[in-house]
Formats: sequence, C-alpha cells, structure tokens
Amino acid sequence: MSQTVIDIQNLLFQWPGREGFRLSIPNFQVDRGERVFLQGASGSGKSTLLSLLGGVLVPQQGRLQVLDTDLTRMTSSERDRFRVDHVGLLFQQFNLVPYLSVRENVILPCRFSQRRRGRALESADSLELSADRLLGQLGLDSTYAQQRVTSLSVGQQQRVAAARSLMGHPDLIIADEPTSALDADRQSEFLNVLLGRCNEEGVTLIFVSHDQRLAHHFNRSINLSELCSFNAGPV
Amino acid sequence: MRPLLFLAFASAWNRRTTLGLMAISIGLSVMLLLGVEQLRTQARESFSQSISGTDLVVGARTSPIQLMLYAVFRLGDATHNIRWSSYQTISQHPSVSWSVPISLGDSHRGFAVIGTTTDYFEYFRYADRRLLAFSSGKPFVDIFDAVVGADVAQQLGYQLGDSIILNHGAGGMGLSDHADKPFRVSGILKRTGLSVDRSVHISLEAIEAIHLDWQGGAPMPGLSIPAEYVRKFDLAPKEITAIFIGLKSRAGVFQMQRYINQYKTEPLLAVLPGVALDELWSVVSIVEKSLLAISALVVGVGLSGLVAVVLAGLGERRRELAVLRSVGAGPGVVFMLLAIEGLMVVVAGSLIGLSGLMVLSMFATPILETHLGISLATWTLSAESWKLLLIVMATGFLVSLIPGYRAYRISLADGLTPRL
Ligand SMILES: Nc1ncnc2c1ncn2[C@@H]1O[C@H](COP(=O)(O)OP(=O)(O)OP(=O)(O)O)[C@@H](O)[C@H]1O
Ligand SMILES: [Mg+2]
Repeated sequence: MSQTVIDIQNLLFQWPGREGFRLSIPNFQVDRGERVFLQGASGSGKSTLLSLLGGVLVPQQGRLQVLDTDLTRMTSSERDRFRVDHVGLLFQQFNLVPYLSVRENVILPCRFSQRRRGRALESADSLELSADRLLGQLGLDSTYAQQRVTSLSVGQQQRVAAARSLMGHPDLIIADEPTSALDADRQSEFLNVLLGRCNEEGVTLIFVSHDQRLAHHFNRSINLSELCSFNAGPV
Repeated sequence: MRPLLFLAFASAWNRRTTLGLMAISIGLSVMLLLGVEQLRTQARESFSQSISGTDLVVGARTSPIQLMLYAVFRLGDATHNIRWSSYQTISQHPSVSWSVPISLGDSHRGFAVIGTTTDYFEYFRYADRRLLAFSSGKPFVDIFDAVVGADVAQQLGYQLGDSIILNHGAGGMGLSDHADKPFRVSGILKRTGLSVDRSVHISLEAIEAIHLDWQGGAPMPGLSIPAEYVRKFDLAPKEITAIFIGLKSRAGVFQMQRYINQYKTEPLLAVLPGVALDELWSVVSIVEKSLLAISALVVGVGLSGLVAVVLAGLGERRRELAVLRSVGAGPGVVFMLLAIEGLMVVVAGSLIGLSGLMVLSMFATPILETHLGISLATWTLSAESWKLLLIVMATGFLVSLIPGYRAYRISLADGLTPRL
C-alpha cells in the first residue's frame, strides 16, 4: 500500500440543480499518518469535501482516490461498504443513535463491517471489551458503558462518537467540527485524546474547524481556498 | 441482516409507547375482522347444518324463505295450515319414503312447541345426515308426554318426569295458558346446535287435546274439558303446519315438487331445503358481507394510522438515519429498517387481535349459544380467517414500505448531514 491516503486531482463537484456553488480542487494529497487541519469560510464546501472523501457524494469530474481505491468507479453500495470498512466519521453534534447504549453506539461500525470487527477483535477478546477500552482511553469509565447516550453531556457524547470513529482501527478519520459544541477547556481536552489515539494507532485524520486557535495541534494546516482553483467557493 | 433486526428492535423498543398503542389499535381491528369472519362462517355452518336428508319441505302456499323460516328455524308464524287430509294423500304418494308432519303455534316459556309424530325422531336429520339422539328418556308415548331440547332442559333445569305447562301462541304473557293440562318430560334430546335444542316436542294428538276447549285462539267461555277426559274425544289432527318429506329416490324430487305445488284441493308449496337455504343465506349474506367490509375498512384505518405514525416520527429521526449511514448502513438498510419496524407492529397487532379473539370467544361462546342459537363450540380459525390474517399482514408489510421508501429518499438526500 502506498503512503498516499488521499489523492485528488482535477476534482469538480457541483450540487445537482444548484448553479451558485462549485467545488474545484486541482490537486490535493494527504499521506498516511498525517493529521490535517482544514479550515475555510462557512459555505465554502468543507463538509461537501468530506462527504466526497467519505464516498457519500461522487465528483462529476476528476480523480478521487482514498486508500488507493478509486471512489468514482464504485457503486453506491460499494462506497457504503468502503466507508464503514476504512473510514471513521465524526460530526459536530448528534453523532449517536439515541436508543442504543453507549457501548452499542461504539460497537456500531463493527456490526456493519467484518473488517472493522476483525480488527477490533485482534486486540481484545470481545467487541464489548474493545469498546470499553476505547471509552476508558477517552475518559469514560466502564460505568458509562451501559448508559443511554441521551443521559450524557454533549462533551461526553462527542467522546463516545470519537471512540466509535476509532473502533476497529479505521485507516482514516474524518471529523467535521467535532469540537464546536464544546467549551474551550473541553475542546483541547477532547482534541488531545483524539490526537493521542490517532498518533498511537497511526490513523490519518482530516479535521475541519472554523477555529484557527486549534491549528497548532496538527502537523498540517490548510485553508480550503488554497486548495481550490480560482473559481471555487460561493460565486 | 443481524444488525438490521437488532437495530429495528432497539428502535421500536425506544418508541414502544407509540408503537404499542398502534399495535393495540391494529390488534382491535384485526380482532373485529376475524371475529366477524368467524361468526359468519359459524353462522353459515350452523345454518347449512340445520336440515339434511329431507328432500322436500311442504307448507301452505307462501314464499319459500318464509316457509323455511318457520318450519326449520321456528322463526315467525305460518299464515295458513295444511289440511290433515292433504297430508294423508301426499304421504301415501308412491314415491314418498317417509313423511313427518309438524304443527306449530304454541310455546313454552319462550321456547317453540312443536306437535309431531314419533317419526320425527326417526327421520329428521341434520348436519351430515345425523339423527336426533336422546341424552335421557325416550320419545313421547302418552298424550301428555313431552320431549324437550337440550337448551330447554338446561335453561329451565328440567329433569325427566318434571311437569310443564304450555302457553298458547308466542306465549310469555301468561294470559292464555294451557294450565289445566300439564305435560310430563318424557325425554331430553342431545345438543344439536339447531332450533331443535330450543323446542318442546309433543304429539299431534296432544296439540289437539290442549285445544279441545279452545276456538279461534281463545278458550271457549264456560267450557272446560279436564285432562282426564280428553282421551274420550276424537284427537285425530285436523290441521298441521308443515311436512318434511323423504323420497324413495332423489331423482323424483322435481316431479314430486310439481305435484305438490299443483295440488288441487288447497294451495301448497314444496321447497327443496338446500335451494331454499341458499336463497335465505343470500339474503342474510348482504348483512354479513357489509359487516365484513366495514371491519376490513377498520383494519385499513388502523394500517393507515400506522403509516402516519411512522412517517411522522421520521422527521425527528433524520439525524439517526444520517448516523446510521455514517457507520456503513446503506440507504437500502435504512429502507429495510423502517419497513421491518412497520411489519413488527403489524405482526404484533395481529397476534394481539388473535389472542384477544380467543379470550373473548371463551366468554362469548355461552352467551352467543343461548341468545342467538349460534354454536361456536369450535374456535379453530377457519382457512378463510387465516387467509384474511395473511392478507392483513401482507398489506401491513406493503404499507410499511411507504415510510421505508420515504426514509430511503431522506437518507439519499441527506447523506451524512441531516437537513432540517
Ligand atoms: N445537500 C445539499 N444540497 C444542495 N446544496 C448543498 C447541500 N449541502 C450543502 N450545499 C451547498 O453547498 C455549499 C457548501 O456547503 P458545505 O456544507 O460544504 O459548506 P461548509 O464549508 O461545510 O460550511 P460550514 O462551515 O458552515 O459548515 C453551500 O452553498 C451549500 O448551500
Ligand atoms: Mg460544514
């Protein structure tokens, strides 16, 4: 496997039926183990880019390779499979399934992916143990495992979501403003544990945020406008 | 498939109050539907079992349905009678194998009194050509002997040898009793599920005897003939109400029917019981079919309620669907999730309806038997009911596809970021 995790060339994406916006990226590569901080103006297309990387959207033109896999040549169900096998996703808020316990939420990707399941069981005897260990590393001890996620604070919920994105050792974690619902103290605490885990497991991380102050935690920081060709962004 | 079922259960459990109420309302509608269907099959069955092995039923000229109603079901009254002489002529016709005359009009505490001959117990058949059987005692021998049906004995607590008093007409008012001529219970019949259970059988001579001192439906003033003396009178019957006829060969039935219908001395009517029962049932079945249609509508209302509830819940579940997609659930899985949820409610509802019906029938059976004479002894679901239940479930599954499809569209449009 090559060192390049993300390889984008001459990519063009437009929302169907929407003239005003186009995302056009001539060239963008991310290497294995990199932790990328991605910022950009609201509405510039950050979330859209992450959806492309997660294989939920497909570009109209250009090359989009993730982990040496050409996402543009896959069917939508192959992309669903690919996503759960290789990518951990993390959003701003409401990452959890309200009717499942904390532990079940963490295990969820392993229910849909044999690969993630297999990887989780490499280092633990059961999925439950694996989930509990991750939760512990993110500061949620085993008393939380059986709780309903709705009884957690927002900060705790985000940590559960982080544990889930790490569960079963994905190759890439895509995080879309996961800290914006947290206060400053919680933000850096959360970032520290997330980055710590990614470091240890050698996971590549793409982290989107508005908050310039967080950039120093990362080994690479880019603005979406730098990536895009001149006619990108809101017209 | 495993995560799908697990998620569907967890999600349904999370919203168990709403879905539970939904299941109950579907259950009630299913109960209504199956209940009506069961009633209708049972009614139809006891209906078609009411007479068998009789080739012709004969009465004074009237409509075939009316003749069946009073002669077989003991409902309503005959407007005219048959002369005894006509009966004798017909019964001696060469193609007649047996004939049983009956005479109606009196009652005993709400139960019909029927005057007949002991041939009644030998030839009258019902269901699969079954004969009437005695649970105790024997046919009437003496003039004041009476054979009572199972319901009469049970409800009035009669034993062999008990003395009973008949009323004139539909009775119950106690105004015109035949109190001067009490009868003695000589036999009790086994239960048949038919009008026989609700009848008191006496001899034709007894009918004559209790009316010796009557004229035009009222006791003759100043004339009273004590029971001890009635045997001195001529008790040969003068009129009867109807005749059950069995032929030597079924082939001659239409010829015999024509012979009776064209009988010269008085206007008579002969009907083939099978044909008349069908005709009668087709009248009843309008009611029965509308009942079934109404309950089918109620099930429809229940199912659309289900769709409405699941659809209404979808709005607040957009986030959840997006989360599921982010952990690898395809839109197809989301579709199935919602469809399974609907199906689970329908299946639960059907089970509720089914068990509700079983419980209800345990209580309702005795009530229905006494008040409507419908025997619901066997509460095994008919094939027709199973079919209905399957149709309900299949329809339930089909309508569950609606929220499933909606969720599918939503999760395609939303991708990973739910739009509000
Ligand atoms: N599902 C969608 N359908 C149509 N247009 C969309 C959709 N999602 C986003 N857009 C449009 O695409 C553009 C980029 O949106 P996107 O969400 O990627 O921005 P963003 O950089 O993530 O903004 P923010 O920082 O506010 O999250 C916007 O103009 C938006 O209106
Ligand atoms: Mg965004």
